[in-house]
Amino acid sequence: MMDQPSATEILTAVREFIEKHAMPELTGRTAFHARVAANAIAIIVRELDQGDRANVAEQLRLEQLLQRKGNLAELNRELCRRLRTNELAIDDAGLSRHLTLTTLAKVAIDQPNYSGLLHSPHRPD
Amino acid sequence: MMSASQPSFAPALNAAIQRAMVGVNAIANLHRLSGGASQETWSFDALTGDQILPLVLRRAPGGALVQRSVTAVSLATEARVIRLAEAARVPVPPVPYVLQDSDELGPGYIMGRIEGETIARKILRDPEYAAARPKLARQCGEILALIHGIGKSQLGELRVVTPKAQFEQYRSIYDGYDYPHPVFEVAFKWLEGRIPEPRELTLVHGDFRNGNLMIGQDGVRAVLDWELTHIGDPAEDLGWICVNSWRFGETHKVVGGFGDVSELLAGYAGAGGAGMTAERVKFWEVFGTLKWGIMCMTMYQAFALGSDRSVERAAIGRRSSETEIDLVNLLYPKAPAP
Repeated sequence: MMDQPSATEILTAVREFIEKHAMPELTGRTAFHARVAANAIAIIVRELDQGDRANVAEQLRLEQLLQRKGNLAELNRELCRRLRTNELAIDDAGLSRHLTLTTLAKVAIDQPNYSGLLHSPHRPD
Repeated sequence: MMSASQPSFAPALNAAIQRAMVGVNAIANLHRLSGGASQETWSFDALTGDQILPLVLRRAPGGALVQRSVTAVSLATEARVIRLAEAARVPVPPVPYVLQDSDELGPGYIMGRIEGETIARKILRDPEYAAARPKLARQCGEILALIHGIGKSQLGELRVVTPKAQFEQYRSIYDGYDYPHPVFEVAFKWLEGRIPEPRELTLVHGDFRNGNLMIGQDGVRAVLDWELTHIGDPAEDLGWICVNSWRFGETHKVVGGFGDVSELLAGYAGAGGAGMTAERVKFWEVFGTLKWGIMCMTMYQAFALGSDRSVERAAIGRRSSETEIDLVNLLYPKAPAP
């Protein structure tokens, strides 16, 4: 068990340093990259918070959809293979449900304010 | 007029402009506008005795003969196509001069500097453009019909990219990265069954979207950035401007965040564009969304392989998922069963 602060707390401190202290002193390209860096840290903080749960749910759905065991990378490669060879049809109901839920979870980590997520008809209310 | 802080090519540019443009006796206010891997742009004024001509120099980075990406045309070709577009009444910056070897400035050309806004968030939200916004989708349709109507015999040598060739190109780029994206597989499969016949291929702008359109209070003032121009399916240009990433948050206005497909199509038909349908546009909207997702993977590769270690190149890989949600919304429009 690591001591306090948690990884999330450290990253949040780094993000706040960039936003509140570094960025006001920067201009042009460097200021732009600092903004990108702060956003990148926010992605990691969300991934630390939501990633494990999302990955477990994705793996369970994949195992059910493909009727086999494996890690996430193996299962996703197998899913891609079956789609390419038409062993799995793209209008399969289990597939569309899996991809919808997986993608909602991914974008919620990568870009929670993205318009395609905010206005998705699949978004739970 | 030249100060010590001027770039080293300033005297050569000054000499070239004075040779090329009658009455010009000096240049002033030379400064960098933007730069990329394939080109750099500089703003400057050409001075005659009583006039100031606002101009832009677009040239190869550092004036060098660099290899542009396989999909980009040469700067000389870009200039030639812009001049053809101007003759066809497409709003473009005039191109008074194409650089010659003897100018010692590298490949490039001089164009007029048009006043206006290219930043999408301002165009879509600032009150200044409120009167222009409702006109833009129709204008885009009209402009595209003019571009697509340019006679192919005038075009000279230009890459022909059939829908199938472009499909295979992106399939092969995606396959090369060897990283599984099941949503992209679904999109490829959906598109594969709908690839249009290469019936009437025309001149295509190739990057017709917010960012490359100069907008004023009166509407579209100029179509910029012709480096991806080619001969292809004209519907490609109509679909690309519908990709959700180019709506910059204004998702419900499908065309560039400012209008509807019906307005785009009405403008297109009204300006003589034939046979365009919402279905043809949708194919290229789906294709364009997938293409932008793969382009995000490509930009991440520049980071992963070490050619650009910026945090921006690293982070853009995580924008692939925005195209995945857009593809899910497009291809699975109904909510899944609970």
